[in-house]
Amino acid sequence: MSGHDHGHGHGHAPNPAPSHAPSHAMMRVNLHIWRQKDAHDDGRMVAYPNVECSPDMSFLEMLDVLNERLQEKGEEPIAFDSDCREGVCGMCSLTVNGTPHGPRKGTTVCQLHMRSFRDGEEIFIEPWRAKAFPVQKDLVVDRGAFDRIIAAGGFVSVRTGGCPDGNAIPVPKEEADQAMDAASCIGCGACVAACPNAAAMLFVGAKVSHLRHLPQGQAEQKRRAQAMVDTMDAEGFGNCSNYFECEAVCPKEIPVKVIAELNRDYLSASLTREERKADGGGGG
Amino acid sequence: MILDGKCPTGPIETRWERCKAELKLVNPANKRKYKVIVVGTGLAGASAAATLAELGYQVDAFCFQDSPRRAHSIAAQGGINAAKNYQNDGDSVWRLFYDTVKGGDFRARESNVHRLAECSRNIIDQCVAQGVPFAREYGGLLDNRSFGGAQVSRTFYARGQTGQQLLIGAYQALARMIGLRKVTMFPRTEMLDVVVVNGVARGIVVRDLISGKVSTHAADAVVLATGGYGNVFFLSTNAKGCNVTATWRAHKKGAFFANPCYTQIHPTCIPVSGDHQSKLTLMSESLRNDGRIWVPKTKGDARSPDQIPEDERDYYLERRYPSYGNLAPRDISSRSAKYACDEGRGVGPGGLGVYLDFADAIKRLGEATIRERYGNLFDMYERITGENPYQVPMRIYPAVHYTMGGLWVDYHLMSNLPGLFVLGEANFSDHGANRLGASALMQGLADGYFVIPYTIGHFFASTKQEKVTTDHPEFKKAEAEVTARMNRLLSINGKRTVDSFHKELGKLMWDKVGMARDRAGLQETLQKIPAIREEFWKNVFVPGSGEALNQALEKAGRVADFLEFAELLAADALHREESCGGHFRTEYQTEDGEAVRNDQEFCYVGAWEWKGDGKAAELHKEPLKYEFVHLATRSYK
Amino acid sequence: MSWVCRLYRSSLGAKYVMATTGLLLFGFLIAHLLGNLQIFAGPDAVNSYAEKLRSLGPLLWVARIGLLVIAGVHIATAMKLAKANQEARPVAYAKVTHRAVKPATKTMVLSGLVILAYVIYHLAHFTWGVIQADHAHLEEELGGGATRHDVYSMIVLGFQTWWVSASYLVALVLLALHLCHGITSVFQTFGLHHSKYACAIKMAGPAIATLIFLGYASIPAACWLGLVKLAEAQ
Repeated sequence: MSGHDHGHGHGHAPNPAPSHAPSHAMMRVNLHIWRQKDAHDDGRMVAYPNVECSPDMSFLEMLDVLNERLQEKGEEPIAFDSDCREGVCGMCSLTVNGTPHGPRKGTTVCQLHMRSFRDGEEIFIEPWRAKAFPVQKDLVVDRGAFDRIIAAGGFVSVRTGGCPDGNAIPVPKEEADQAMDAASCIGCGACVAACPNAAAMLFVGAKVSHLRHLPQGQAEQKRRAQAMVDTMDAEGFGNCSNYFECEAVCPKEIPVKVIAELNRDYLSASLTREERKADGGGGG
Repeated sequence: MILDGKCPTGPIETRWERCKAELKLVNPANKRKYKVIVVGTGLAGASAAATLAELGYQVDAFCFQDSPRRAHSIAAQGGINAAKNYQNDGDSVWRLFYDTVKGGDFRARESNVHRLAECSRNIIDQCVAQGVPFAREYGGLLDNRSFGGAQVSRTFYARGQTGQQLLIGAYQALARMIGLRKVTMFPRTEMLDVVVVNGVARGIVVRDLISGKVSTHAADAVVLATGGYGNVFFLSTNAKGCNVTATWRAHKKGAFFANPCYTQIHPTCIPVSGDHQSKLTLMSESLRNDGRIWVPKTKGDARSPDQIPEDERDYYLERRYPSYGNLAPRDISSRSAKYACDEGRGVGPGGLGVYLDFADAIKRLGEATIRERYGNLFDMYERITGENPYQVPMRIYPAVHYTMGGLWVDYHLMSNLPGLFVLGEANFSDHGANRLGASALMQGLADGYFVIPYTIGHFFASTKQEKVTTDHPEFKKAEAEVTARMNRLLSINGKRTVDSFHKELGKLMWDKVGMARDRAGLQETLQKIPAIREEFWKNVFVPGSGEALNQALEKAGRVADFLEFAELLAADALHREESCGGHFRTEYQTEDGEAVRNDQEFCYVGAWEWKGDGKAAELHKEPLKYEFVHLATRSYK
Repeated sequence: MSWVCRLYRSSLGAKYVMATTGLLLFGFLIAHLLGNLQIFAGPDAVNSYAEKLRSLGPLLWVARIGLLVIAGVHIATAMKLAKANQEARPVAYAKVTHRAVKPATKTMVLSGLVILAYVIYHLAHFTWGVIQADHAHLEEELGGGATRHDVYSMIVLGFQTWWVSASYLVALVLLALHLCHGITSVFQTFGLHHSKYACAIKMAGPAIATLIFLGYASIPAACWLGLVKLAEAQ
């Protein structure tokens, strides 16, 4: 930081207004970070006291800087996932002070900035914790279970080419909007990480809801719900107890009504759908 | 060598149809005997992998992220163009073709661009059928908007997340094929080399990023869809993981690299806030519809913007381009910001920013209207900067955003290396020297869904190849080379981190090969890069081992490739003595600062051949012929 | 029937079972409450109600066994879910900060177990007559030598003891807490969702739970405070 105030008054934050320090000041935080050598290691929390950072840094940039310091001392950097760093790829996955993606609502940890923290604050950084998301190293987890759930049924079975004109089937705007609300899921897994039961219902519900609101997705509505839930169960996620913690931490603020829709589709599929022999996993 | 793009001849409207009619086919029963490797799972890679698997080919797909859904196509905000003419406003395939050729500053192939415009219509149908939740009108039909100064409304969109929705559509199609075991997916697996057997690309060398294990995969064709090289500048709007490694490795194995100097700068990004900055965030250009861009008239004016009276502000775009004003094209808008900052009139930390002021728009339309139009962008800006743009002007600065250059491919999207196909941003083919807004998504999907499925079949049907396995000596050799290079990186044990080299390279490239380039600066860069590279190989510190998840090692390999590639980019920029699209040479401009193209000497694709370490790359030219759109000069006055 | 097993074994199937059995038990709670509130109508009303129930004979046993099975399934499924949920997160967070989790939801297993213990206590008290055995078997003279079980006196005498009333009130608080979460959850679990009614559904749990609590608590409270007195004292 250039020690230069931006030259305007302090903008007030409309979202949960963190009373941030003026941006020219540096700050220090005391970090407690989960270190784990590999999937077989037990892992432990390691303290990194007095890490200097600027309030203008993103949370991940603060870790970048810490990693630079660690490497300059000849130590191994802390492994963590990130890619787009603009809140849409869903790669970043840190539990900060016991909340996935940290204290700011509707914000991925890559878009969280240090001005959301106090000078001298103790910050706990842990990976997503769930049996279905095994830790691979430090803060990196394996979220392949999500891909397998989608592969089981989270799609519309159309092949490339031969599709009708885009305007052949009108979709009411309200339905398209609801589909889009659910489709904005970034598949980060914060819902699982936050759920006291490590359940994946918000993720699965979001996909079921996205496709059930579009006529193109309705042909497979029942089969989809069954296939995805069966895979979800097999992956070792917990059950939904309607804590609604998932909704509260979802960086895209996907509502729990998608879970209600999943519940409804799965029930109706279980009670009414005729099962055929060629019904196993995979496509259609 | 004069390169032949193998473009069909005859009327442009029927070229692709005729080409398809003449392509050889693979018997359906035989398709499963062919294996295709697809590297990268963005729009181009995922759509190609899914479609090829649907046709019956065996597909192995690779991505370095933890899931194919994370590819950087996901970050595209604006939309996707398609010549549907749903708005009845005079759009057509021809007009989209014309706009794209002109927008590319006459440095793209006419045949490719026309095919792109034709395929654009199928893409929308395909995506709708997949369940992509495009924006709709109340009547239930698809909505369109006008984008990037286009005179027709042809952009389809899904809120501000069009790239995400299209990618998820392609990802779901891919996931379906994975579920059916038609595609074998290798996530967290990075491609580190191409294996060439008897002059044909027959496989790749990869590293499993979790276990660290290096292995090889053999196939009948290799498809690279690995995106662009914007991260050579360190700071760009690209994802952190975007890299040039796959295309650069292919280049070193014989594939030509075309037009690397064509890099696109986006004018409305959030400025750098300090040395810690790890990437830049783009905000939709639509902000320029209502925001006014200005800087103080006097140098080093440190007053807060509300203290600067109206007559001491310079609304430089409105002043210099009265008819387009704040909506001047991306390159002009970007360069003007750079000049203002170079004059010492920039604002914010380090003086690298200009104001984008909404005060007048809020006064005129009310805060509620502005919130409705740009609320999510304002929130994002506030999240990142901690400033409230409803009260103080936004600060913006240009950033690298897209790269038009890439591996050279013919009309079939095959590189000069037989069996190696290149799709999406990784190839050079459709955007010329400058890409129009909402065209990147279109190209990625056109290549993957509607071009490669035809042309790869023709390749299989028309070339007789014996089967190779990974036991072939070329595979063993390539694997040994990759392992040796990795071990070399791990054993240097120097003093500097990988990022410090990447930042040093990035700063040099941004300063000298960024928005505006000149001969002296480029020559200086060409001298400095080898020095940085030499120091890198002597003094980099890569901790940990190769047999485990090691993010520093991953980065080291990528930065090592950027350090080689950067030299080619600068050399290409130096050789191209004209200003066109994303390539601006300060020597070639009018008195008003407009780009001056040199069609006499440079109306060609510049494709570079690797000649070995320490040797200059050799330039091959593919002349560009404009039979349907006449060469003309852009003017935005 | 394989689809039934498949449904029960799935995580969602277990939730439907929880919701269905919970709903049935809730139905019993309502019926039981309506019966018990007759205490405010005097000894005759409540005693004849009890007599009528007893005269049902085998039907009463069917109802009893039915209730037992429903409660058993509810509890067994809850245990199964709790175990699976615990296994779904083998390594706990060093620090947890919740945003949405409500006390009622967090304590479902605990409140459920307390309610189970309370039900046994309640049966021991009023059905088996093990607790406060001295006034469990009072008989009401009906004249003509006929008698019937004096439920009214048993209840009033029982609740005049402060610790009995207090223990019932504590258990009722937990029951209300359990219902708070349970009732709203039934809607979510069966997918009965509409944005227009979301708010009403959210409020339904606490509102109905409060009513149930007030209804039930009114009985020990009234006896304890002397608002309902023994017949002789009237």
